[in-house]
Amino acid sequence: MSNAKTLQKQTLEKTSQPAKKKRSPWVTVWMSLKKNKSAMFGLIIILILIFCALTADFIAPYGFDDQDLMARFQTPNSKHWFGTDNFGRDILSRVIYGSRISLQVGFIAVGISMFTGGALGAIAGYYGGKMDNVIMRFMDILLAIPGILLAISIVAALGPGLQNVMIAVGIGSIPSYARIVRASVLSIRDQEFIEAAKAVGANDFRIITKHIIPNSMAPIIVQATLGVAGAILSAAGLSFIGLGIQPPTPEWGAMLSTGRQFLRDHWHIATFPGLAIMITIFALNLLGDGLRDALDPRLKS
Amino acid sequence: MHKYILRRLLLLIPVMIGVTFIVFTMMYFTPGDPARIMLGESAPEHEVVKLREELGLSDPYIVQFGRYVFNAVRGDIGRSYATKRPVMNEILSRFPATLKLAAAGVLVAVVLGIPTGIISATKQYSLFDNVAMVLALIGVSMPNFWQGLMLVLLFSVQLKWFPSSGFSSFKHLVLPAVTLGTSSAAIITRMTRSSMLEVIRQDYIRTARAKGQVESVVINQHALKNALIPIITVIGLQFGYLLGGAVLTESIFSIPGVGRLMVDSIKSRDFPVVQGGVLFIAITFSFVNLFVDILYAFVDPRIKSQYK
Repeated sequence: MSNAKTLQKQTLEKTSQPAKKKRSPWVTVWMSLKKNKSAMFGLIIILILIFCALTADFIAPYGFDDQDLMARFQTPNSKHWFGTDNFGRDILSRVIYGSRISLQVGFIAVGISMFTGGALGAIAGYYGGKMDNVIMRFMDILLAIPGILLAISIVAALGPGLQNVMIAVGIGSIPSYARIVRASVLSIRDQEFIEAAKAVGANDFRIITKHIIPNSMAPIIVQATLGVAGAILSAAGLSFIGLGIQPPTPEWGAMLSTGRQFLRDHWHIATFPGLAIMITIFALNLLGDGLRDALDPRLKS
Repeated sequence: MHKYILRRLLLLIPVMIGVTFIVFTMMYFTPGDPARIMLGESAPEHEVVKLREELGLSDPYIVQFGRYVFNAVRGDIGRSYATKRPVMNEILSRFPATLKLAAAGVLVAVVLGIPTGIISATKQYSLFDNVAMVLALIGVSMPNFWQGLMLVLLFSVQLKWFPSSGFSSFKHLVLPAVTLGTSSAAIITRMTRSSMLEVIRQDYIRTARAKGQVESVVINQHALKNALIPIITVIGLQFGYLLGGAVLTESIFSIPGVGRLMVDSIKSRDFPVVQGGVLFIAITFSFVNLFVDILYAFVDPRIKSQYK
């Protein structure tokens, strides 16, 4: 038994050795990203936000919907660091819980647009011809409607709510992914390793998913990072005008919308959720810029 | 050139039919009976049925869509359920406000963005450049609806310099234009900087400097002219984005524009207005894009020769 284990271990070591010497391209990217201070700063903020979102139940001092009508409209103090709102709810706790909603919206909306747009772009670029024409003309039509308006009209049709906002915001940015993926597929399609894959008998699905997509990941990752920022902004905007996520859900945009009603007398209600959005977007932008520099050194100024 | 413009205009037709199709289909499958919405909850059923027949709402989908497109070509995009007035009139009466706001936003963005970008590029990695780049990043990251509220808080509530709502005078335009223009200013700054940096390194700039040309002429005439194409592209895109983004700004500052009309119409389920609004803005957006493409030809003779 123990012999078998050692043997297995040895073989494992043997096979993993060459991998150690050859640095994967992702390691190179990470090394170059690590040197970029502002990108790391952004990454740290995002990690903190993810931590907040995951542990909101433990770190938030109050529940997101705990009302204390005796403590309404308190300005920031030692008990309520960000003050309280019109129902006496602790704004800090709501902002912490809000990170859950915003990150969820950001990631899922981008997921929707990345997969749909990516698939459409890959098909259009790989097959070319009629297929390309049909798909890209459809994308042109979607692009003719400004993103936020498209999202607004989709939400108008589907109705408000978290899920619909994610779908609406996601659909709104499908065309940009389709375009990016199509462009990089076009640049890879005729290279020799694709021909080689065809020659060994790989089918189209395998070629697209195993060879083309991994080789066009760089621009997609950059777009996705910046896209999460855009999705969070759009979702917050929709909620702000009352078409997105509805109260009492602690969504930052919806909280801003409440804060707006009391802006004249209680500045703090609208201030903190907005700061939270800004810091999140700022961090994502820093990381996105850093990733772009790391993934494509040519773009570095 | 004329041929090119004509071809682009013709290409707009299928795109517009496509936009109409998407928006019409979305509104068509939205739950809720338009006839019931128009008459109200308490109206008797037989009247609702009668109105439905009159409006042609019982016809098959394809017939309704065909009729909509046919009428839209002649400038009739339906009647509002709420006011019973033609949607076109409703939109046209609000459009000047939106256009004025978007134009003011672009103006703020260009006036702030281009000079800052140029100075940043000529003094790369200086204190000015670093501060400008951080501010630009903050400008891109700031949600404009929040920025609007903060501006109101500071300039209307505290300092009382500018009014917080309404749209009757120049003073009313200042805060909304700044709100709307900030993120575009930031994007234009970044674009101007990177485009200028690329141009400044080229040989002909060195030649211009070598022959003793004054630096300001080198930058403003030799470099800027060649850096302008991507900048114009971004400005054009931003203008379209601002037309859409005006929805939020209009609702913060209670500006009676198309954006606010649409948000109100969504809330009251007045779908013909929503549909018409999206269509109208999409058309405007497409024309702006076409205008930008034509503008290229005037900025860059090399592009003009490609337009055939």
